[in-house]
Amino acid sequence: MSLMIINDLVFVLIASITLLSALGMVLSRNIVHSALALILTFIGVAALFFNLGAAFLGLVQILVYAGAISVLIIFAIMLVMHGEAHKTNRFNPSLGTHLWGGYIAAVMTIGLVAAIWFSELPEVKGRTVEDAVGLLAGLLLGNYVIAFEAAAVLLLLAVVGAIILARGVEEQ
Amino acid sequence: MIGLTHYLILSTCLFGIGVYGVLSKRSAVAILMSIELMLNAVNINFVAVNHFINPDQAVGQLFAIFIIVVAAAEVSVGLALIISIYRHRKSVDLSDFNLMKW
Repeated sequence: MSLMIINDLVFVLIASITLLSALGMVLSRNIVHSALALILTFIGVAALFFNLGAAFLGLVQILVYAGAISVLIIFAIMLVMHGEAHKTNRFNPSLGTHLWGGYIAAVMTIGLVAAIWFSELPEVKGRTVEDAVGLLAGLLLGNYVIAFEAAAVLLLLAVVGAIILARGVEEQ
Repeated sequence: MIGLTHYLILSTCLFGIGVYGVLSKRSAVAILMSIELMLNAVNINFVAVNHFINPDQAVGQLFAIFIIVVAAAEVSVGLALIISIYRHRKSVDLSDFNLMKW
């Protein structure tokens, strides 16, 4: 029983860290602070994955998101930043757009939360597998091998496209 | 007792924060970051449903891996586009990108 309470407390802690850092990312005026809060959000999501028993996915999340993508984002911020840092991540100047954005997001979130809260979700607490990595490998190279190859081609195309786009046109 | 409902509500809130960021920010990099937030919320949904409804198969985790792959591709191409536009317009403010507007 006490283990269950500890589990709930861990979930509440991780969830609040994740949500607060996501809010900090959206509300911060300084884009470097936004990027740092985004890294904290990624780590919180990875902790949620660990909590859900998806250890491999949590490690992938830390490697790809908190490691690679955040470095890429910070690198891009450093390349394109000019002027004062505390004005780099302002909201849309027209108040109408700002309010409409908040309104749409709030209505969507409240509607979905209400729909989730009042719906009967099936809770088939089946047997959790120990070897999720083996299962994933079997699926990736078995039933989903075409999607796996397509993802590989997509990554290759993205790398080539990013190099061509970021290199720019050579001056003749 | 924390169940599937709580995870779904958490990911909905994260998704809503991402939608708010996309709709109300000016900087293109900030909008890409908000999109990453939304993709992460979807990943939480996949893994939570996999854990609570169908735990003896790993299909939800598989789809989460594909989403991570596509997100990595998307963010690299998006940032390259932003750097390329910055080289021409000296700005990453979306209201300055009116080249295709007449």
